[in-house]
Amino acid sequence: MKRRLLTGNAAAAWGARLADVDYIPAFPITPQTEIIETIAGWTDSGEMDASMVTMESEHSMITAAGTAAATGVRVFTATSSQGLLYAMEMLYTVAGWRAPFVLVNVSRALAAPVTLEPDHNDVLAARDSGFLQLHCSTCQEVLDGVLLAYRIAEDSRVRLPMIVNLDGFYLSFTREPVEVPTAKEAKAFLPPFDSKGMSFRASSPISQAVAVLGGGPYSYFRYETHLAALNALTVFDEAAEDFSKIFGRSYGSVESYRTEDAKYLFVMMGSFATKAREAVDRLRDEGWPIGLLRPRLVRPFPAEAIARLASGKEAVAVIDQNLSLGKGGVLFTEVSSVLYGQPGAPVMLSFIGGLGGRDISPEEFFEIAGVAKHAAKEGKAPPPRLLYTEDELKEVRKLQMIANVERGELEDEDE
Amino acid sequence: MYRIRFHGRGGQGMKTASRILGTAFFIEAFEVQDAPIYGAERRGAPVFAYVRAGREAINERGAITNPDLVVVADDTLVPVPAAGVLRGVTENTVLIINSVEEPETWRERLNLTGPVVTMPGVKVGDAQEVRFTGVVSAAAAAAVTGVISKTSFEAAIREEIAPLGEAVVDENLKRGVEAFDLTVKNGVSIKEGSTVSAAAYKRPEWIELGFESAAISAPAIHSAATSERMKTGLWRTVRPVIDYDRCNRCWWLCSTFCPDGAISVNKEGFPEIDYEHCKGCMICMAQCPPHAISAEAEHGRKEGGDEA
Repeated sequence: MKRRLLTGNAAAAWGARLADVDYIPAFPITPQTEIIETIAGWTDSGEMDASMVTMESEHSMITAAGTAAATGVRVFTATSSQGLLYAMEMLYTVAGWRAPFVLVNVSRALAAPVTLEPDHNDVLAARDSGFLQLHCSTCQEVLDGVLLAYRIAEDSRVRLPMIVNLDGFYLSFTREPVEVPTAKEAKAFLPPFDSKGMSFRASSPISQAVAVLGGGPYSYFRYETHLAALNALTVFDEAAEDFSKIFGRSYGSVESYRTEDAKYLFVMMGSFATKAREAVDRLRDEGWPIGLLRPRLVRPFPAEAIARLASGKEAVAVIDQNLSLGKGGVLFTEVSSVLYGQPGAPVMLSFIGGLGGRDISPEEFFEIAGVAKHAAKEGKAPPPRLLYTEDELKEVRKLQMIANVERGELEDEDE
Repeated sequence: MYRIRFHGRGGQGMKTASRILGTAFFIEAFEVQDAPIYGAERRGAPVFAYVRAGREAINERGAITNPDLVVVADDTLVPVPAAGVLRGVTENTVLIINSVEEPETWRERLNLTGPVVTMPGVKVGDAQEVRFTGVVSAAAAAAVTGVISKTSFEAAIREEIAPLGEAVVDENLKRGVEAFDLTVKNGVSIKEGSTVSAAAYKRPEWIELGFESAAISAPAIHSAATSERMKTGLWRTVRPVIDYDRCNRCWWLCSTFCPDGAISVNKEGFPEIDYEHCKGCMICMAQCPPHAISAEAEHGRKEGGDEA
């Protein structure tokens, strides 16, 4: 195993290479492009023995990935943001086929307005599709996550596609030390795909997209898929245990950092959670009983683990890097639903931050801790808060001033 | 932890500089994080890259707001607000700037209290020198850390430049080592900065963002006709020229296919090219059925479109 500097994108490509995938349908989009560029270089030079095909859209790309997986070969693909949304119809469809493969999503906030920087509204739009979701916070976790994802997706108790999510810029273009396993080590953890009789072939056609009417059959198929997704909780733990034996890195479905004696918790997903980790250390330096929970698995949702780790705490501050318009933070809603009515349920606080890659400063984490402590004392949570400062609004006001002048000029011209 | 920021323009090698420095730290057994930040990538646009290096795993992420060192490869970026060159610079921050002006001039002009040095070994204003800006920036940064040996720095150059071939590696090694030595002679050094303390910190000035009508809060661009005012004809290196003797007045092929709407059709049915806006993509030439459009080099003509 060699430790080297890799971007999150390169780590994702290494994951695919070490998983010894057979087929990669691809379509480029910022900030994912480097993944398929890297793989294209390897398939071209012969370092990777796989067939890579560039498709005309993400919709076709996911269709190709699903159909190829249904033949029993190992498939990898990657997209981001608008691309994931363009593929949305097929995400639900191939998950319904129960076609197992791995899709890396490089999170980037959605239009409109257009941006390149990350938040989680893109990947959360796929939340209910049947794709499982693993969220990474370091480049190491991206490589490891791709290997883990194949073990889970291909397991006969699951057989569903899985998304491995990494944040654009903060991981995709950021180099960090990553331990790269040898091909032999990777194979010991992830043997070749045993498709157990999946045999979709041109010579013996099977209809994967059957029509069912009346609701009864439909409910059966959908609920079976739901149960398969829930099985992934057990399968994840098993795979993570094997992983830890071979590679010495342990992954729980929920990362739990300094939570044991904590009264207050931050809850976050993705790479920004390492910022929360740093804030926990700084607050601990000053004697604060505070910790961090980070769901790695988002689908299936590790409800039991979260309930166990968060029950008995005084206050839990969920910082969502997403916004369900007209409701609020998605993770806040999900964590609250797990804890509501449970004995020892903490006061729940909701913060929205990091939209469109907006940074969250150490000072903001300290302030959130203070708000959580106060809420615990009062026994009552304040309304949800957007992390947004006076200076940020001033910058927006400047842009609006320019826009208004220009609009005024246009109106004058029209007269 | 060391926190180092490189500022330059697209094409000046700031990403490469951050990678050489990151790899050099890594060879010295530091934990490292390096990354570029850019928006819509293009040559000449402000770009910055950063490196964090420490003895323990790094949890901080994203743009560095409290740098120990800022390297500015292009001094024209200093007055550009979007470039944010001076963000978080304090009396403890060292500034290395690529400039013909004296360090003292920059200290006074920017009212800086920390050390300022000019970048060694780059001839400012020489277009041929741009390709070495990256390695020289990395060299200056590596030298002022005091914890990166010249051997490790050379190994980092080899590792990062290798894909460009041996000749390029050799040139970069020569210029990098030269700049490294010159910087060491300067005697400036940086110290590892501290982390923000949770005991005494400046509270964020959060506000309650209130409702505003869509007339104000929808992201619409009101500035119409900017494409007309932008003389994109300046971008052209090749110009399409219509031979009206061969044009059969099909009326629409060249003008329809023009992606910039720079070809109109006059009353007689002949196409006319608006050279103030034609970018020279030559799609019209490719489309014209009677081959009535030819390509001419723009070189030697007056900029903007008029005949020389």
